Amino acid sequence: MSYARDLTAIRALIASHKRWDHVFALCGLAALMVGVLTFTALFADMAIDGIPRLNWEFLTNFPSRRPAQAGILSAWVGTCLVMLVTAFFAVPLGVATGIYLEEYAPKNWVTDIIEINITNLAGVPSIVYGLLALGLFVYQFGFGQSILSAGLTLALLILPVVIVATRESIRAIPQGIREGAYALGGTQWQVCRDHIIPYSSAGILTGVIIGMARAIGETAPVITIGALTFIAFLPPAPVSAEAPFISFDWVMSPFTVMPIQMFNWTSRPEAAFLQNAAAAGFILVLMTLAMNGLAIYLRYRIRRNIKW
Amino acid sequence: MKLNSGIRALALAAAALAVQATYAQQIVKIDGSSTVFPITEAVAEEFQKAKKQKIKVTVGISGTGGGFKKFCRGETDISGASRPILKKEMDDCRAAGIEYFELPVAFDALTVVIHPKNSFIKQLTVAEMKKMWEPGAQGKVTKWNQVNPQWPDAPMKLFGPGADSGTFDYFTEAVVGKSKSSRGDFTASEDDNVLVQGVARDVNSLGYFGFAYYVENQDKLKAVPIVNEKGRPVLPSLDAVIAGSYSPLARPIFIYVNGKSLGKPEVKEFVQYYLTHGAALSKEVKYVPLPDSAYTTAWNHVLKGRKGTVFGGTPEVGITIDELLRRETKS
Repeated sequence: MSYARDLTAIRALIASHKRWDHVFALCGLAALMVGVLTFTALFADMAIDGIPRLNWEFLTNFPSRRPAQAGILSAWVGTCLVMLVTAFFAVPLGVATGIYLEEYAPKNWVTDIIEINITNLAGVPSIVYGLLALGLFVYQFGFGQSILSAGLTLALLILPVVIVATRESIRAIPQGIREGAYALGGTQWQVCRDHIIPYSSAGILTGVIIGMARAIGETAPVITIGALTFIAFLPPAPVSAEAPFISFDWVMSPFTVMPIQMFNWTSRPEAAFLQNAAAAGFILVLMTLAMNGLAIYLRYRIRRNIKW
Repeated sequence: MKLNSGIRALALAAAALAVQATYAQQIVKIDGSSTVFPITEAVAEEFQKAKKQKIKVTVGISGTGGGFKKFCRGETDISGASRPILKKEMDDCRAAGIEYFELPVAFDALTVVIHPKNSFIKQLTVAEMKKMWEPGAQGKVTKWNQVNPQWPDAPMKLFGPGADSGTFDYFTEAVVGKSKSSRGDFTASEDDNVLVQGVARDVNSLGYFGFAYYVENQDKLKAVPIVNEKGRPVLPSLDAVIAGSYSPLARPIFIYVNGKSLGKPEVKEFVQYYLTHGAALSKEVKYVPLPDSAYTTAWNHVLKGRKGTVFGGTPEVGITIDELLRRETKS
């Protein structure tokens, strides 16, 4: 009798615990859906408005006052080039900073302050970077309203993200690996080069892509440094048939980027431009997705080669 | 981290300056008013096509005031302006040794709009608009019957452009009597579509912006006839602006060209193209073109080197096309 009663009590207890399990699972699902559904709704809305407008000419035409002829050639080329400059500066600087702070820097109050500062920098509004860049890059260094200025600005913007990601992934490497390498007589640089950097590169890559995905949609700092609205030409080509074959003229070229083109189109009186803006937004999301896809692929490739 | 990037940028500066020296391209740099932008953009588009992309034109939108700041630092060749240059800006330009040509390119009709279902506003006088918009109205005049006792006891919702806009400068000058002097408690946006949406959603709202935005949104908005100096209410339209009866909210818009830049063949060609095709293109983007003679006169000023402004740096309102022509031809 009492045994059966105990059993019922225990079953009731288990059932009640399981109920809580379900409740939490439902809460979690609901929380997930808030994000997913919002994104899906936004993306679907944009896709419905934008996809009918998409065709080859939209990608290969310059902006125009006639919505049907307007395209995003200068905008997407500008965005790609700015991203190139951003990655070129942000990745080596961010990764080097991260490795130094994690592996070389002495642990004292100075490094603590630097650490806090870097984390705080990640939260500084992007327009502040834009203002800094306007004073420093555009006027002080005389880079003007160029791709270089924009790339440097966005590089500064994503630097904290890259540094933090680098440090996190370095910390995930087991201490034993370092100790093993040192025991074999490796110098600090050898340990970093042969172990720390290769093993953390998957995590670093993720950080870089997250940073780049943020930078690609940034409008405020790029407007602040004076990216232009109507550009119907491309920067000079980086390679040419005449000597010296490679030219860096393009870094000093005026430019526009996707978010600015979209912003301009949404403020037009004609409704057809709103469609263009939606189509441009759709392409921008695709560009971000492509970047993320590349990151996932590279991460997979790198992870496969790690044999701990 | 900032330090790192500073050093890197410094190291790059030398390299980049070397690059810059070799980077000589034919670029016409234009910035300024968002009101003039549609015309300039159309001209730039056609010009680059006509020149087979050999001459490059960049157009930015910094607002009339923001555009003049860059222009008077010598950063741009041409600046679009939805009002004449002001005293302070003239001084800035003079201090930087920048001389300029003032070329009127079209007229715009500032349009006051209401919700299509609003039946009590049949027309507006400047005095009524002043009651709504003057700084003293802030927080006090919040209902329609406070402006005109015949109007209903309903809340008044106002929409207008932000303070960086030449449109704001002109409207406040024309209505309140002092440029930039306005109540602050209205919904301000630099994006005219936001104003369109705002007015289209609320029966008790009123807003103002350029004619082109009204033309594109006639299904959502109603324009209000403005009572002119002769006491006649006039709806904004191309004809009314040409006849000079839509007053005082019709305004000339300009481009200012840096005198030194005109020495560059690409800038001169662009300005000539602007004045030759400006009439047709401004009509296409819903502005009121000037009579042909106005463009010829402007081009003659360029050829003869007549620089400066005909407005003397003080804000003026209610200038008709005829009056503008009279001033331009007097020299």
